Amino acid sequence: MSQLEFEKPILELEGKITELRNMSGDSALHISDEVGKMQSKVSKLLTATYSKLTPAQKVQVARHGDRPHFLDYVNAMVTDFTPLAGDRNFAEDQALLGGLGRFNGQSVVIMGHERGHDTDTRLKHNFGMARPEGYRKAQRLMEMADHFQIPIITLVDTAGAYPGRGAEERGQAQAIAKSIEVCLNVKVPIISVIIGEGGSGGAIAIATADRVYMLEHSIYSVISPEGCASILWRSAANAPDAAAALKLTAQDMKENKLIDGIIAEPIGGAQRHKAETIESVAVQLRAALKELTPWDPDAIKKSRAKKFLAMGRA
Amino acid sequence: MNWLTNFIRPRIRSIVGEQKDVPDNLWQKCEACEGMLFHKELKANLNVCYHCGNHLAIDVKERLAIMFDEGKYERVPTPAVPHDPLKFKDSKKYADRLKASQAKTRELDAIQIARGTIGGQKVVIAAFDFAFMGGSMGTAVGEGIVKAAETAVKDHAALIVIPASGGARMQEGALSLMQMPRSIVAVNMVKEEGLPYIVLLTNPTTGGVSASFAMVGDIHLAEPGAMIGFAGRRVIEETVRETLPKEFQTAEYLLDHGMVDMVVKRADIKETLSRLLDLLMIRTKVGGAKLGNGGKNSNTASASKNGKPSGRGPVALLKKAAPEILKKKAANATSEPNAKPANKIASR
Ligand SMILES: [Zn+2]
Repeated sequence: MSQLEFEKPILELEGKITELRNMSGDSALHISDEVGKMQSKVSKLLTATYSKLTPAQKVQVARHGDRPHFLDYVNAMVTDFTPLAGDRNFAEDQALLGGLGRFNGQSVVIMGHERGHDTDTRLKHNFGMARPEGYRKAQRLMEMADHFQIPIITLVDTAGAYPGRGAEERGQAQAIAKSIEVCLNVKVPIISVIIGEGGSGGAIAIATADRVYMLEHSIYSVISPEGCASILWRSAANAPDAAAALKLTAQDMKENKLIDGIIAEPIGGAQRHKAETIESVAVQLRAALKELTPWDPDAIKKSRAKKFLAMGRA
Repeated sequence: MNWLTNFIRPRIRSIVGEQKDVPDNLWQKCEACEGMLFHKELKANLNVCYHCGNHLAIDVKERLAIMFDEGKYERVPTPAVPHDPLKFKDSKKYADRLKASQAKTRELDAIQIARGTIGGQKVVIAAFDFAFMGGSMGTAVGEGIVKAAETAVKDHAALIVIPASGGARMQEGALSLMQMPRSIVAVNMVKEEGLPYIVLLTNPTTGGVSASFAMVGDIHLAEPGAMIGFAGRRVIEETVRETLPKEFQTAEYLLDHGMVDMVVKRADIKETLSRLLDLLMIRTKVGGAKLGNGGKNSNTASASKNGKPSGRGPVALLKKAAPEILKKKAANATSEPNAKPANKIASR
């Protein structure tokens, strides 16, 4: 597990607990007493720390490598998942995965950014940074969902669209723009959850949705705090200031009426409790789907347009 | 006390008017060829270098003047939006940056909307002002695009958007990100009315602007040499660790890669738009906006001689686009078969 700087006191305590547990012998009873005390201290510390994370700390938690990723969610909450590949034009992009499956007994198209969990898978999925092919595959899957009148679920977790030479050559801007347009044009419900990092255009490309939720410690931003700091403060060292100024936390996003709800994470964050986090997301998705089903195809498209048209108006 | 400076000069000034914006240097160097450019000649050449053809930035109002018929257009005011919703502050307050840009440009934000005609066709133009915070798109610019689209729909006019923007306005955080879908909702209103939506990409068009309304036009024009792309050149070079070719992300490069329909010199933009609109705006012509131009498109005729719509051509399409106009025309046609509007329909 990659370590978070601000969790240092907690991690030290957890280390001691492990050490004590490994000790054996006569003092077992005494140790279990001690372990219990330390564990309650850990949970108190976690509660205290996670109830008042700064925006900069949330950025770190949102990017934590041990958080559940797209495939973790799909494996846990979707049955009959059938991944579908390719943009029918140039390539298959493993940074943005998607396919058909059954969620809560209902046919859905589910897609999202996959960041990978170790060196091999991170490289395979390009750290969740999609190329135009990824966004064109997303368009294809959304249009298919529209054709068969199947709801769409998207899980957003990306630092942003990949800034590469080939990506530019093949029209990254157009691929994102078109993906937003397809989101706006489909006549089926789209539900999005920001499960980690909602990085700019690469995120909104699949998050122009009827309902958008954010996990409690996820972030959603127009630019990375580091990028913003290096432009506006002329130093990436000011990233924590930028993180605060950008109002990128789930709480800020809700306050500014840019998302529909926040999904609580277990104390200590999603990275400590994968299964519970996935279950909370599934509960929210079930509720949203229930609310949106059945739908009037024309009305749902109209109401989505209306929702985004209002963003920024007083 | 000097009588001349204190009395005569102010009086002269009040008579001839303050001389504003006269640059200290009456010439500048072209960034591309380093040639010397005299302001008067440069202006006469639409701010295009007369040595090498480099397209320099042009003031929005000058651009509008060279695009609309006879240089005449009407400004459409953009509705006010809440400024500085996040109370953003970096080394400077966003509120202060806004004020400084407003003072400099004498505009409320980085977009200006105008309505008029191009080649006789009704057009609404939304043009970005790069001089205003790098043409960045926040809520006010988003509102401007919405307003321009609504005006185009109301006027039954084509919409032309001219981005010149570094991307989203980060001082408005995710609110500026949301202007990406919002601007696409806006241009969709125009598309759904069957009206042309044309994008004229100018230097630069990058980031959240290129990845939204700017890349979903019916037709994409680009000015020569304009930088157009999603990610910044430096970011890409740092990511892929290679030096990119000089022509990377230029208008010509995008043309080669299939992202724009044509690269058009500034001097040819008006004529090109005029021709495109003439070819595209069949429905509105039938509807009445261009009745005087009736015979021009006779090869697309799809109405019978008495003006009654028939077939699937423009008139059938018009039914969808503007049923009330069609009804009126049909009524004209039946009650007074020789009335002018009916004849115009018949002749098409
Ligand atoms: Zn030159």
